[in-house]
Amino acid sequence: MSTVSSAEHSRRDFLYIATGAVAAVGAAATLVPLIAQMNPDASTIAAGAPVEVDLSPIADGQIVKVFWRSKPIFIFHRTKHDIELAQNVDVNSLPDPEPDSERVKKGHEQWLVVIGICTHLGCIPLPHEGNYDGWFCPCHGSQYDSAGRIRQGPAPKNLYLPPYTFLSEAKIRIGEEASKPA
Amino acid sequence: MSGHSTYNPQSKVLQWFEKRLPIGGLIYTSFVDYPTPRNLNYWWTFGGILTFMLAVQIVTGIVLAMHYTANVNLAFDSVEAIMRDVNYGWLLRYLHANGASMFFFAVYIHMFRGIYYGSYKEPREVLWILGVIIYLLMMATGFMGYVLVWGQMSFWAATVITNLFSAIPGVGESIVTWLWGGYAVGNPTLNRFYSLHYLLPFVIAGVVVLHVWALHVAGQNNPSGIEPKSNKDTVPFTPYATVKDAFFMACFCILYAWFVFYIPNYLGHPDNYIPANPAVTPAEIVPEWYYLPFYAILRSIPNKLLGVLALFSSIGILAFLPWLDTSPVRSARFRPLFRQFFWLWVIACIGLGYLGSKPPEGIYVILSRVFAFYYFAFFIVILPLLGIFEKTKPLPNSISESVLVKAKA
Repeated sequence: MSTVSSAEHSRRDFLYIATGAVAAVGAAATLVPLIAQMNPDASTIAAGAPVEVDLSPIADGQIVKVFWRSKPIFIFHRTKHDIELAQNVDVNSLPDPEPDSERVKKGHEQWLVVIGICTHLGCIPLPHEGNYDGWFCPCHGSQYDSAGRIRQGPAPKNLYLPPYTFLSEAKIRIGEEASKPA
Repeated sequence: MSGHSTYNPQSKVLQWFEKRLPIGGLIYTSFVDYPTPRNLNYWWTFGGILTFMLAVQIVTGIVLAMHYTANVNLAFDSVEAIMRDVNYGWLLRYLHANGASMFFFAVYIHMFRGIYYGSYKEPREVLWILGVIIYLLMMATGFMGYVLVWGQMSFWAATVITNLFSAIPGVGESIVTWLWGGYAVGNPTLNRFYSLHYLLPFVIAGVVVLHVWALHVAGQNNPSGIEPKSNKDTVPFTPYATVKDAFFMACFCILYAWFVFYIPNYLGHPDNYIPANPAVTPAEIVPEWYYLPFYAILRSIPNKLLGVLALFSSIGILAFLPWLDTSPVRSARFRPLFRQFFWLWVIACIGLGYLGSKPPEGIYVILSRVFAFYYFAFFIVILPLLGIFEKTKPLPNSISESVLVKAKA
């Protein structure tokens, strides 16, 4: 095998690098569908569309549970007493400080809509239980108040709020915030 | 060939690892430094292509299995959900279905190469037989995969092929019931085919490891059929064979992509887009193209049991090839008579494939019988006799000599 001049060496180097670059792009392109196929498919996304709930049958003081995107949602029709208890709290003493006004929609303070998953390790807390006029989680003893805020127990955060909007006084759509005015 | 490898890792980490599990040295001696005949042509790239296709089928198969449901009420719809809802599901499905066709296309070329150049002869008999075993496993895997779609063709192909075993006298019916898990092809059948379809590719992978091991014991054959005599006859596998394999693999992938993106349903049967109906048999039941030659052989014999025996022996006879061919000359390059009979045999194979897609009547049956007769005669009559009577061309003294003579000519 005769020796090659250094000029030909660099041509070979160029070819090696070019081939390697194309192969790397090809490998990345190959990974895209293989990884993307595990993301939610079109039917799962369609099943996660917003859900409309009629509030009129929900009595004063009643808590109902609906599902949106496979998550339990508590809808609490709060009495005047529940609202007072929630508002008359020193916010700074709370484990996760948040005023009641930020957890309800303005003008609809009697409706509390929260995701019913304990922020500790994911159990569904029991409504109308516990010492704070709210929920009690039987798994590890977390207790939530009438605004769904953590008061006692290992849970770190208040019950999360789903996106929702009032379509009318007695109807909400869970899954999207208020749409822009026409 | 065996003995201390020339692998000499520079980094201390690699040296530490090499002392404890010498996989680096194994890869180096097998695929980097490995002495490869310098005259290999592009027909030798198909082994690498087959390994690549096995990997493609396993990867696409595993991700498809994340979305498929093996229940008679849900299977067909789950495949349609993959096509319509799953992100890139259409691509994965078409890659897997057309990948099977490409896998068989490559394996047939690989086998024809082996027969033409005498790669099955001493000392590569076990290598060849392992290949036949891989081929049989591929046929089983492909058949079961096609059933999983649970279309009309899936169901009726399953019925026909499992019913073949009823030809066995005495225990045939019990065997078929055992295969079905019921009184006809049904949910138990579908479920066990799913389990086995997932399993067999890994069995194939294991046999491929044995196949490559057996290959490396004897070394590769080459177009002249003469063993390398010195290291003037060989080049290191990397970069020569590696780059040649990669190049032709890319060309092969272009053909593969052509099917996947432009004509993804060309090789399939439209009836398989009809959900399986156990009450209605389609007007024609046809297997996928890669089974057609054997289907033609099966149907060419008017007796049920003999037809089934002919079908199985048409594949089984391949295993005896090293002993049926008595010629001391390996490569068809130097066997002018064998070459002609070989190409006639290839035409018979392709002809049988065409005839397998036609209804079994009239001229098609007559031609199937003619081609099937030649298919078997090639192995049982022609090859043994050729070894005795053929006047072969003189062999070159070595591989490098044959290459230099060709260059001068």
